[in-house]
Amino acid sequence: MLDSSAFTNFVYLDHGATTPMLPEAIEAMTAQMATVGNASSLHTSGRLGRRVVEESREAIARAMGARPSEVLFTSGGTESDNLAIKGTFWARKDADPRRVRILVSMVEHHAVLDCVEFLEAHEGAKITWLDVDQVGRVHPETVRAAIGTDPETVALVSVMWANNEVGTVQPIAEIAAVCREFAIPVHSDAVQAVGQVEVDFAGSGLDLLSISGHKIGGPQGVGALLARRDATLVPLTHGGGQERQVRSGSLDVPAIRGFAVAMRHATANRAVVTERLTGLRDKLIRGAQDAGFGVQVTGDWEPGDGIRRLPGNAHLLVPGCDGDSLLYLLDAAGVQCSTGSACQAGVPQPSHVLLAMGMSEHKARGALRLTLGHTSTAADVDAFLAALPAAVERAQRAQVATSPKQTSPKQTSPKQTSPKQTSPKQTSPKQTSPKQTI
Amino acid sequence: MRVVAAMSGGVDSAVAAARMVEAGHEVVGVHLALSQNAATLRESVRGCCTIEDAGDARRVADMIGIPFYVWDMAARFKSDVVEDFIAEYAAGRTPNPCLRCNEKVKFAALLDKALALGFDAVATGHYAQIVERAFGARELHRAVDMAKDQSYVLGVLNEDQLARSFFPLGDTVKPQIRQEAAALGFNVAAKPDSHDICFIPDGDTRKWLTDRLGEQPGDIVDADGTTVGHHGGAYAFTVGQRRGLHLGQPAAGGEPRYVVEVQSGTNTVVVATGELLGIDVITGDHARWCGPAPRGVVSVGAQVRAHGEEIPATAWADGEQVEVRLQRRIRGVAPGQSVVLYDGTRVVGSATIARATASRGATSGGANSNEVTGNEVTSNAADSVSPTAG
Repeated sequence: MLDSSAFTNFVYLDHGATTPMLPEAIEAMTAQMATVGNASSLHTSGRLGRRVVEESREAIARAMGARPSEVLFTSGGTESDNLAIKGTFWARKDADPRRVRILVSMVEHHAVLDCVEFLEAHEGAKITWLDVDQVGRVHPETVRAAIGTDPETVALVSVMWANNEVGTVQPIAEIAAVCREFAIPVHSDAVQAVGQVEVDFAGSGLDLLSISGHKIGGPQGVGALLARRDATLVPLTHGGGQERQVRSGSLDVPAIRGFAVAMRHATANRAVVTERLTGLRDKLIRGAQDAGFGVQVTGDWEPGDGIRRLPGNAHLLVPGCDGDSLLYLLDAAGVQCSTGSACQAGVPQPSHVLLAMGMSEHKARGALRLTLGHTSTAADVDAFLAALPAAVERAQRAQVATSPKQTSPKQTSPKQTSPKQTSPKQTSPKQTSPKQTI
Repeated sequence: MRVVAAMSGGVDSAVAAARMVEAGHEVVGVHLALSQNAATLRESVRGCCTIEDAGDARRVADMIGIPFYVWDMAARFKSDVVEDFIAEYAAGRTPNPCLRCNEKVKFAALLDKALALGFDAVATGHYAQIVERAFGARELHRAVDMAKDQSYVLGVLNEDQLARSFFPLGDTVKPQIRQEAAALGFNVAAKPDSHDICFIPDGDTRKWLTDRLGEQPGDIVDADGTTVGHHGGAYAFTVGQRRGLHLGQPAAGGEPRYVVEVQSGTNTVVVATGELLGIDVITGDHARWCGPAPRGVVSVGAQVRAHGEEIPATAWADGEQVEVRLQRRIRGVAPGQSVVLYDGTRVVGSATIARATASRGATSGGANSNEVTGNEVTSNAADSVSPTAG
């Protein structure tokens, strides 16, 4: 069985990718796995399963400031984003064919970006990209300007609650208020935000909100879309008609139970946890800045603030380094972290978030994301800071070694050797081919 | 030692990595991403570096219990191998991209990055042997499995690079490597070998070049300068090539005609019958020595293409230049190809062929007897070399 010692032989600073399951969630989930019952069955076992699902739904609704009927269980954040965006786009366009515009921020997770680009490529959607400022924040006035003089053409707006790379928290309530003025549905991906900042569905004014189980100490493979009762969604999966007829498929009762237990803990302890994480985050950022390599912090950082930036997020730029070299060297030293950006076949790609914030591709190469969570300790931060200098020195040498310009013997080909991959004036944060984002 | 095992996702590099672990080294598996837009799945035995290949490599790394990473060398590969390949063909030469990749990417960028990150050496699945001599000198030798021997494409490595390289498969024949992979439970034990040029997945080099260099119509002329045909781009032809000339009428004697020269400056392809194809003097530049440079005239075996025949010869090196005099004429030697020199099984070094000519004194009688012929643009460059690890 897993116990806390499983997390002690290495330093885990990638809670933004996934965070260890809470023992209470493991216990509840495993107990549920020992029972039989399809929540859609009418007999006793089915009713018992259904009861667990509904109690879990109520628990999640309470924790999120939503009504139980507004909680639709899904397989996770990505499915929730897909259902929210495609489901709303198709429903709105069906009701009025003029509604083809989707307003979406440049810094969204790929679950949202690729969704809207799919709709653009195949379903006649028109994307209006919402610019961000240099800390990665979308301003409500940007949304208003993008809605412009033809609000009747807008199908929906999607702006994430908090950014998964740089931790910037968006002014969601203000953005939702602008959309409300024009009766435009608005969605937010709050996968990274729940458990770290206050997320209140009813209070936010949102129509749709995506959440995930495994980012808050629940199991992987489960999440939910919170959808106002008046939100109309065209289903993506058809079948047994579960979840308000929009998300067919037998419900994963054990995972849902584990998700609900984790949600209860995450929200009940949030104030204490976030204060602690804010302190650790600040220690980490200060320590990295003081290490003497010119390390910079991206996004909106102010010591002590856990509202404008996620308390557990530290996103650093290390000059002269490739993030993946740093990642390897830190991993070898027992410290696990991330470059923060999507990878393609295991290769980190230049971060669309950093590029949208106005950073050069070269500078963005040195990105390192460290994310803290419920098991993080001051010793973890110390271990990272202790491992950092040697890692930076080596990674800097490695970048020199692999830079195409430095080729030792004379080139036989005089061709241009610039490694530029994306055009600097790109308007879409688009990337090609399969990638994985965490 | 701390060793990076380059893992292409193929069986050879998988067993090479396993053998390094078995030998007690601290091994980290590295897959090189060489394409900026890797395909999801392998389409043919030619392509590699797909996401499926990276996944295969990752599974092997899991099984032998080593960390695994993907390193992005796509920019280096593009500038140093792919663009060089195009530029060489455009200049009327016939490059070998596998040598270039070993020289510039695997045993340069990869090795340099590994050393910078604190590793001591790189191990690959190439079939070749490193023999340690007294005082720590390391020599590069042919593999025991001559059918798989890849020492030719490693003939660009210098002493420093050899000192930092391991080729754990050189002492074993390929069937045994597959058995070893199967015994270790590797999914890739029966995976087909990769062939030809990895970045041209369908193997159609001429079309690939045409897509990049465009149609450049020009003349095909005979040795007298008489126009005998037309072509869509001289770059798509290579010395020794016989097929694809589409000449209207046969030569006077009815003999087949071959490309004997590609003149990039005038976009002209020169053809002639077989006897003009035979050469026995090779002038090479860009010489690379796998050990001390030879002094004076030395007896060597010369090989002009991967898995080509080794011809007895003498060589004389002068700086970056090498002159190789073969003991008999061979056909189809194109500028741009590499000539690799052997002393027994030891690789002495290599050079890029600048000119190949026939000496006046040599006999040309045996024009068709012992000559090596048959260059074709699609087949002379690479063979069984997986670009990420060999």
